[in-house]
Amino acid sequence: MADARMRVVVAMSGGVDSSVAAALLVEAGHDVVGVSMQLYDASAGDQKFGTCCTIDDLHDARRVAHGLGIPHYVVNLERRFQDVVVSNFVREYASGRTPIPCAHCNSELKFSTLVEQALGFAAACVATGHYARVTRDAAGLYHLWRGADDRKDQAYFLFALTQAQLARALFPVGALSKDEVRRLALERGMRVAEKPDSQEICFVPDGEYAAVVDRHLPGDRCGLVVDAQGRVLGRHDGVHHFTVGQRKGLRISAPEPLYVVRLDADRRLVQVGPKAALERRTLTAAGMNWVAGAPPAGDICAQVQIRSRHAAAEARVTPVGADRMAVEFDAPQSAVTPGQAAVVFQGDELLGGGWID
Amino acid sequence: MGSIVRIYLDYNATAPVSAEVADAVSAALKDCPGNASSIHAFGQRAKAVVDDARSAVARLIGAEPSEIVFTSGGTEADNLALRGFAEAPRDGGKPALIVTAIEHEAVLNAARLLGRLGWPVTILPVSAEGAVSVDAVAAAIDRVPSRPAPLVSVMLANNEVGTLQPLAEIAALARERGAAVHTDAVQAVGRVPVDVGSLGVDMLTLAGHKFGAPKGVGALWVRRGLPLQAQSIGGKQERGRRAGTENTPALEGLRVAAERGWRGLQAEMPRQAALRDRLERGILERVAGTVVNGAGAPRVPNTTNISFEGVEGESIVIGLDLEGIAVSTGSACSSGTLEPSHVLKAMGLSPARVEGAVRFSLGPETTDAEIDRVIDVVPVLVARLRARGRSRG
Repeated sequence: MADARMRVVVAMSGGVDSSVAAALLVEAGHDVVGVSMQLYDASAGDQKFGTCCTIDDLHDARRVAHGLGIPHYVVNLERRFQDVVVSNFVREYASGRTPIPCAHCNSELKFSTLVEQALGFAAACVATGHYARVTRDAAGLYHLWRGADDRKDQAYFLFALTQAQLARALFPVGALSKDEVRRLALERGMRVAEKPDSQEICFVPDGEYAAVVDRHLPGDRCGLVVDAQGRVLGRHDGVHHFTVGQRKGLRISAPEPLYVVRLDADRRLVQVGPKAALERRTLTAAGMNWVAGAPPAGDICAQVQIRSRHAAAEARVTPVGADRMAVEFDAPQSAVTPGQAAVVFQGDELLGGGWID
Repeated sequence: MGSIVRIYLDYNATAPVSAEVADAVSAALKDCPGNASSIHAFGQRAKAVVDDARSAVARLIGAEPSEIVFTSGGTEADNLALRGFAEAPRDGGKPALIVTAIEHEAVLNAARLLGRLGWPVTILPVSAEGAVSVDAVAAAIDRVPSRPAPLVSVMLANNEVGTLQPLAEIAALARERGAAVHTDAVQAVGRVPVDVGSLGVDMLTLAGHKFGAPKGVGALWVRRGLPLQAQSIGGKQERGRRAGTENTPALEGLRVAAERGWRGLQAEMPRQAALRDRLERGILERVAGTVVNGAGAPRVPNTTNISFEGVEGESIVIGLDLEGIAVSTGSACSSGTLEPSHVLKAMGLSPARVEGAVRFSLGPETTDAEIDRVIDVVPVLVARLRARGRSRG
């Protein structure tokens, strides 16, 4: 946490949030080192990539760092990114699940590999531009909270951070609203003040995620589109083109709108049904991380968020060992999607989360 | 960051200009506004600057002034040498080009481009010590058509490991076989004595900013009578071999740097060699798992390339910079790319050894006290980086 004066590595994406984070740390008197992670070769070909980590973004980060009078380095984490983020992304899609690469990137790159590097550079902490907050209680335990701006809150993507990682994490803009962050950037004459937010997954050009899967894991994955009774309604090019709750791209005409209800990669089946068929009262999740370091002693009443743009819903949460949990919602939830994270909150505090089975 | 004392050990990337050179450039900017091709007094004055620079550079490498073609630097000179030779007017076909795998990108990529355009191109391997084999060059020349006469391009000193190539021997056997020889001597000129006569080559590239002149100026020496197709097309400057208004202020800086002869090579070479050797010994003694790359071959006195086991060179470069010590992982022209050093790969080093490599390159401003500090800082940093047990990126 922010002690008097310390060396801090700021992960600078070239966007307004991490730029303002760096500025605030400089103004607080810290010895700030800007680091941009080169995660994939964005220079190959002329494909348009998402708005993160491109050559232009590295340029923006460098210019901002120069303006702040801090050193800036580009560290090449391409191989590690490929190993822990991209390959997982491809595997998950190919097995009929819908992954969240940003969550893996946070817990396995930014707050592990980058933190290790930062410690090697004698830095105490790694700061990012995430909208989330960390506090430390009297007993020395770290708590993770939603960002103050509920429209920009990114705590969901940080559920996998451990106590040791939170001890090294700083989120300087977590207590601010996006509007305030932009205003601070404008006041400081930062070139990135008006830069649009990133929307897409950074290594997926034009949102064509299925093409990324096909490139990394070529193969014929054609199969059948079926209904709940197993009747064949059509054909598809592979389950990785679909996610639970999806309506577009089914190429089926039916009297009522049909949605993807289930994906079965082994049998290459896309099961569809009416909107009502998407509703679920329960889910189980694996690979749990409980922020406190251990699961709650018994059942708890909490709110559970099942994707990044889902309003966390009231539920009873039952820890199953240290690694799993069962969730029973008070009201049915639409499109519980395997591969997404189920993240447990009580109010604004994030208690833990895991991957939906 | 302004407060820490900085130590510069990246002379192979570029060297600072001396106060004397800076003053000369500044004076030329102010007092010499003319175009060297103009007839009037302004032009004549500018022309004198260009002529004086040409004479100084020619003296530095034992050449005739009329054989010097000024360029914007080493890369342009290398391009002019390879592409200009390839495209020179001649009867009967495209000459073969033979280069080594450890050339600078300016030579390698020019050769690869010519290869794609239909010229026969051979890229020669090197030994584990980064040395080009004289016999391999001879064999390569014997394998390619002798008409039109092929061009062999072998660098004099390697930029990453500092190894000196047996250029005089290579040139002699190439000459016996009727081949022309170009050498990229960017890392040698100003560091070791370079004489085009005793080397026996036909073209030689030098870059001003490696020995104290400003950036943006260099030269290709072309033996009188060797046909060359200009690559920059326009006016008649540089005897029609490189069009464009002469960069008078930079040439004035080049003249001063060349005349100063890098502060007298005779005294400077052993001084830098002693510092470099002490740096190597200090690091090898205090840090386990270190090895000097290219140590088995003759080297320029200012360069050492050391691999640190279990640590990435990139992390060492950043960590040292935060301590105020400027070094690099290899060629500055390749930094920021994802590709590991093509030079160390060509030497057949293991991927771990390539990734753990750091280049320290010294210069005339380097002091004993600076080397002491580096020897103190490196072991602490490497221990800290190793302690992180950092997952390899």
